[in-house]
Amino acid sequence: MKKTFLVLFFISTALLLKAQSLKASMDRGQKVYEKVCLSCHMADGGGVPHLNPPLSQTSYVLGDKSKIIYIVLHGMTDRIPIEDEYYSNNMAAHTDLNDQQIADVLTYVRNSFGNKATAVTVADVKAVRTKKK
Amino acid sequence: MKNFLLYAFCLNISLAACASGNDGVKKAADDNAGLKLPAGFTAIKMSENIGRARHIAVTAQGNLYVKSSRLYNGKGILYMKDLNGDGIVDTVFGFGKYTGTGITIKNGYLYASSDEEVFRYKLNEKNEVINPDQPEKIITGLINRHQHESKSIALDNEGNIYVNIGAYANACQEKDRTLHSKGRMPCPILDSAGGIWQFKADKLNQTYGDGIRYATGLRNLVGLDWNTQTNTLFVMQHGRDQLHDNWPELFDTKQSAELPAETMYELHKGSNAGWPYIYYDPIQHKKILAPEYGGDGKKSWEDCIRENNGIVNISFKASQNYLINDIDDRKKVADKMIQDPTVAFPAHMAPNAILFYTGDQFPEKYKNGAFIAFHGSWNRAPEPQKGYLVAFVPFKNGKPSGDWEIFADDFAGGDEFMSPNKAKHRPTGLAQGPDGSLYVTDDVKGAVYKISYKK
Repeated sequence: MKKTFLVLFFISTALLLKAQSLKASMDRGQKVYEKVCLSCHMADGGGVPHLNPPLSQTSYVLGDKSKIIYIVLHGMTDRIPIEDEYYSNNMAAHTDLNDQQIADVLTYVRNSFGNKATAVTVADVKAVRTKKK
Repeated sequence: MKNFLLYAFCLNISLAACASGNDGVKKAADDNAGLKLPAGFTAIKMSENIGRARHIAVTAQGNLYVKSSRLYNGKGILYMKDLNGDGIVDTVFGFGKYTGTGITIKNGYLYASSDEEVFRYKLNEKNEVINPDQPEKIITGLINRHQHESKSIALDNEGNIYVNIGAYANACQEKDRTLHSKGRMPCPILDSAGGIWQFKADKLNQTYGDGIRYATGLRNLVGLDWNTQTNTLFVMQHGRDQLHDNWPELFDTKQSAELPAETMYELHKGSNAGWPYIYYDPIQHKKILAPEYGGDGKKSWEDCIRENNGIVNISFKASQNYLINDIDDRKKVADKMIQDPTVAFPAHMAPNAILFYTGDQFPEKYKNGAFIAFHGSWNRAPEPQKGYLVAFVPFKNGKPSGDWEIFADDFAGGDEFMSPNKAKHRPTGLAQGPDGSLYVTDDVKGAVYKISYKK
């Protein structure tokens, strides 16, 4: 009985800590978003038709994390379709953001604007940053 | 047989248009299609949901040619007719397999552009395209790097065609749109973009070597019109973005939302409007040195002349209107090398068309004045967005005779909003009909509005 209680206690504590950590990451990420991303991708993550892609429920945002980490690190100047639409403006590489900021802002983006996806960690960002293209 | 198939194709499209909800358009007559207009003016929505309407040409018969930036049933030019005169489009005939923005009618030809080429189609006496599948390719090989790619066109009365080749960058930085990235010195984009190129309207397969760079230092001119009163080309420039994003220590978000002006220019051969080296500040009423080139939001072009800095030498080389005798008169030199705008509008409103009104339907004050279609801003965020309207500037003797005013408003839907994707309609093209009505297109839903005046 006591053992079950202890196990449940530890599990719920872990979940609580994880939720708090997710919230903390998202709060930090929101600040990064408002400072760096909002002017192009807009406060509602909807982007600008034909110019700046939306971040709301697209395969780019919800899919493989390394893909959007790469885009934040290196920018985007290719003409590629995003959900069957093309966007004309270039995106700058964000060498002004460190691993923690990138992890936080992408965690925020992946859990805002109608999105629901796993958090992005510093380790995820480091892996893309150090990968040889 | 061919005619029968053509007829059947037209019929199919018109039936499809009905089925897709065009009937709703018929009821719009009473509320001016949702637009806010001056007293005495009415608007109807002639069509909607047919392509992504960019520029438009209206024939002497009152039929429409609309250039679409998205293929509609595989076609990029949409010929629309109102058969029974009730103001609603009844048939649509699509041709041309390319997207693009520019379209206009001149001397018995329909001219249309993709993002790299310009075509023309001979018209019969009813202004219908004789051979829609075999246009003449008059210009080819224009640079397209997907930013500012619209190759808008205008023609003069001497057999010339003018093409916008937009600069494929925001501010000619070493790294486009990047924090603290310096401007390239000199800006290499200007040799093949960032200006107006002039070609012959009737010669086939022309490219850069066959034309001339008519005007330079112009970032992106989606809207342009030949003014038949002054016999000159007038253009509307999309001013640069991201002053705050890239230079936050110089510009806060409010300043960045209000700078630089969207600018109207009257151009001559050799004109230089100064992009990327300067931008026009509508609050200080001055040409200001861009931060990419050492500017701080305060140093003006005149200051540069006084200091004789490197930008002056570059502009001297680019300008063909520089008179060496004026070197002692600094202000004259400064204006001659880089010109001031004819009119400065609020920042970021995105002018996509300009039309000098020559009709008799509208009241006298509108005669020979300029209508401008403002597509609407994005780079004002986090401030509310602006634009999404048709503006008017009265002209007298070839010069503005009053301040600009809002002519048609509420295209976006009426309430203030923060994100461009909330806009229901965005004015993109302008044309004058044979009866003097004003036609406005929208590239969100492909709507075509017809605005008329009754005493």
